[in-house]
Amino acid sequence: MSKAGTIARRTFLLGSAAIAGGVAFGTYAAKRPIPNPLLDSLAEGEAAITPYVEINADGITLITPRADKGQGSYSVQAHLIAEELDIDPATATISPGIPGPAYYNGAALSEGVPFPSYDESWLAEGLRSFMAVPAKLLSVQITGGSSTVPDSYVRLRMAGAIARETLKQAAANRTGVSRSALSTEDGHVVLPDGERIAYTALAADAAKIDPIDDVTLRPSSAWKRLGQPNMPRVDMVAKCTGTETYGIDFKLPGMLYATVRANPGIAGTVERYDASTAKDMRGVHSIVPISHGIAVIADNTWRAFQAADAIDIDWGPSPYLANSPEIFETLEATVGNADAYDHRQRDEGDVEAALGASDVLEAAYKIPYLAHAPLEPMNAVVLVNETTVEIWTGTQIPLFIRDKAAEIAGVEKRSALVYVQPMGGSFGHRLELTHVEQAIEIAKTVMGTPVKMTWSREEDMSHDYPRPAAVAMGRGTVKAGQVDTFDLSVAQSSLMPDWFGRLAGMTIPGPDATITTGSWDQPFAIPNYRVTGYRAPAMVPVSSWRSVGASGNGFFHDSFLDELIHAAGADPLAERIRLCLHGTSRKVLEAVGQMSGWDGPSLGENRGRGVAFCMSFGVPCAIVTEVTHTEAGIKLDKVFVAADVGEVLDPTNLEAQLFGGAIWGLGHAMNCELTYDGQGPEQTNYHAYEGMRMYQTPQIEVKALSNGSKIKGVGEPGVPPSAPSLANAIFAATGKRIRELPLNKHIDFV
Amino acid sequence: MKLSVNGTEHEVDVEPDMPLLWVLRDELGITGPKFGCGIAQCGACTVHVDGLAVRSCQLAAVDVEGSDITTIEGLGTPDNLHVVQEVWIAHQVAQCGYCQSGQIMQAVSLLELNPEPTDDDIDAAMSGNLCRCGTYPRIRAAVKAAAAKLNGV
Repeated sequence: MSKAGTIARRTFLLGSAAIAGGVAFGTYAAKRPIPNPLLDSLAEGEAAITPYVEINADGITLITPRADKGQGSYSVQAHLIAEELDIDPATATISPGIPGPAYYNGAALSEGVPFPSYDESWLAEGLRSFMAVPAKLLSVQITGGSSTVPDSYVRLRMAGAIARETLKQAAANRTGVSRSALSTEDGHVVLPDGERIAYTALAADAAKIDPIDDVTLRPSSAWKRLGQPNMPRVDMVAKCTGTETYGIDFKLPGMLYATVRANPGIAGTVERYDASTAKDMRGVHSIVPISHGIAVIADNTWRAFQAADAIDIDWGPSPYLANSPEIFETLEATVGNADAYDHRQRDEGDVEAALGASDVLEAAYKIPYLAHAPLEPMNAVVLVNETTVEIWTGTQIPLFIRDKAAEIAGVEKRSALVYVQPMGGSFGHRLELTHVEQAIEIAKTVMGTPVKMTWSREEDMSHDYPRPAAVAMGRGTVKAGQVDTFDLSVAQSSLMPDWFGRLAGMTIPGPDATITTGSWDQPFAIPNYRVTGYRAPAMVPVSSWRSVGASGNGFFHDSFLDELIHAAGADPLAERIRLCLHGTSRKVLEAVGQMSGWDGPSLGENRGRGVAFCMSFGVPCAIVTEVTHTEAGIKLDKVFVAADVGEVLDPTNLEAQLFGGAIWGLGHAMNCELTYDGQGPEQTNYHAYEGMRMYQTPQIEVKALSNGSKIKGVGEPGVPPSAPSLANAIFAATGKRIRELPLNKHIDFV
Repeated sequence: MKLSVNGTEHEVDVEPDMPLLWVLRDELGITGPKFGCGIAQCGACTVHVDGLAVRSCQLAAVDVEGSDITTIEGLGTPDNLHVVQEVWIAHQVAQCGYCQSGQIMQAVSLLELNPEPTDDDIDAAMSGNLCRCGTYPRIRAAVKAAAAKLNGV
């Protein structure tokens, strides 16, 4: 099938959803400016020059609509605006604003097009820019897909520049000096004679003039804070002094506290419950049935937890297959099964002929379900009144929550207000809204009184929508010391329809690229190269987990590539570089080789190193992991991470995201799985789901390159290559090839 | 019962077995100590009781009556930082930050007991504090820097 011929079928993400939802706009609607939401609530003397800058006599507020789950997005968004506005972001108030269509994410969907990120042809680029149109029409204010920086890079600097020039115009009108003779510095307009007028003193005048929008952005060489090595995060002091107010810390006068027990078979029924003991426990206000569970409202979170534990509940059976052995049998019956074919976005050379003409290397891989388990359990404060519903919660999807809240509370959408709170991690967990739906149901029973609903850790882990379990089958050949055929089939349940169904009540038709994302789109030229996705039936309901499809595909693709390279007798790094067809990616591989002093996979007796590569979210990332095989098990010694993000805006935080991503990927690859025994997961707290702790953490060196042509985000790309780099290192040190995660099912770690 | 938190006496009317964490958070509005697991597996709730780092989610209120309780709020403030908080900020340790109150309280306690910890000492003392973002490399560096600073190096 030709590339162009398959496009219509593959523009499934929002193209299809827009039509399914009855939305059909022409280009006029797509190009029409969206009203600035800050204008609705301004007092006399306040100016909101763009949706991102609000100024009054007391100070400056920068609106940073992309949620901060810990990845530093508030800080980088504030710095982008501040760099052009000429203020120190530490002197401004940083607010996520009230969610609205003006803050749509034009970049979150651009990687959903059927072209690999390294393809910058006119067709690929055209389709990427087209994906911004349905995002705008659907008002998708989403944080995810490592998209904050690509989406904000121009838009927020423009916002800062427009605000600056408008303030200068206000000063020009006041003083009679032409705007071009004025300059700005540190929150002030500076006149030619050195006189300074504070922005705050110009706000009232600026509000009366049309924004000046013929602005030119400054070159990066002129940046004062952005991109500088000592650029501090705006939230660092609060987070080191216990003064950051997370959603779980938010409090309103007269607030009640609640928790829930819901069927661990998500969306399963309550057959019967007995709350006779719980209802009389100290501090219990009421016990109310909610969808799929029971809620306790009390005067203290612990008392609510205690009472919830005292309710005797019989759950209905899980409404889906939730038994690990049967789940993996289903996945294994799916991979390669023509009836379950979903998509094949890569098919080069003649794979069938090549496999028929030579010895075939076969390898089967499997990966488990994984919980997100951010340290802050899900929670929401909700206040329902006759005609309004207000919600304070940490979320990546505020507008979906707004719509759902309006529906549940029975109020107009414009009367459903979502105040996004700082978040104690997410990793994709906060792309869901089940906990908020529950909190609204609870708050409806105590109209006029705010309620904070908090999940226990056990409730959180057993009602997480996990990363899908998956299996893959690799078949390949080598010829004359080189990889000649690479054929990978991947099977998993499809997460996009699951997720979108929960959020918006609609399914997404067409194939689901996330089944093979991270495998089909890698920048390698292999003579016979094919990647095929197979869709398993829906089992445990699943969702996006840091790096989404690439979290598993990074392991499948690179592990199998490593096996073929070893079968060919080639050097793991040199052969990857030889096969790589993308200059920016090749430089990343070369960089990680230099950092690690690569001279082959062996590091002497019982020691070895593995290299792995994955391009995800447009970022090529390579990792070398060094291990020692000790008597007590495998010890991770050192990890080297290289990645290319096009342009580095926030070097200190970027390093943290890359080593954090690697630790995330390594810790789960070593130690974590969710298993099911008929209902919810068997692991419900951290003793059974450790991730990585400090004693297992290796030394990590990070290098950020900027050879790429486009700026990219880095919250996720460190994850996919980490697991295969470790598995490849274990092979180098021990000769043992592990094809299943978590690795600790097959080898001990120190 | 009476609880002394950050140098202030509070009269609270709670069950003897209510964990200190929930007395602090929901009764006294002291939210620096965080709820993460409820079973002393994550360390987000770490506070000092008579100078020692403890998991407040596993400590009954009745057992700390008469003790000096210090939370992150009592360690230092944005305007008057403790040395460990200073180095934490200088090293830009926090990502989501939710575990950092506990990490800092644990580190302060470690340095009081062991002013010159080795790498292994640091790993041993800090491994009970889970960080899902993976800030461990900077925590290690910050603990070493704090030790040097406290020792006047």
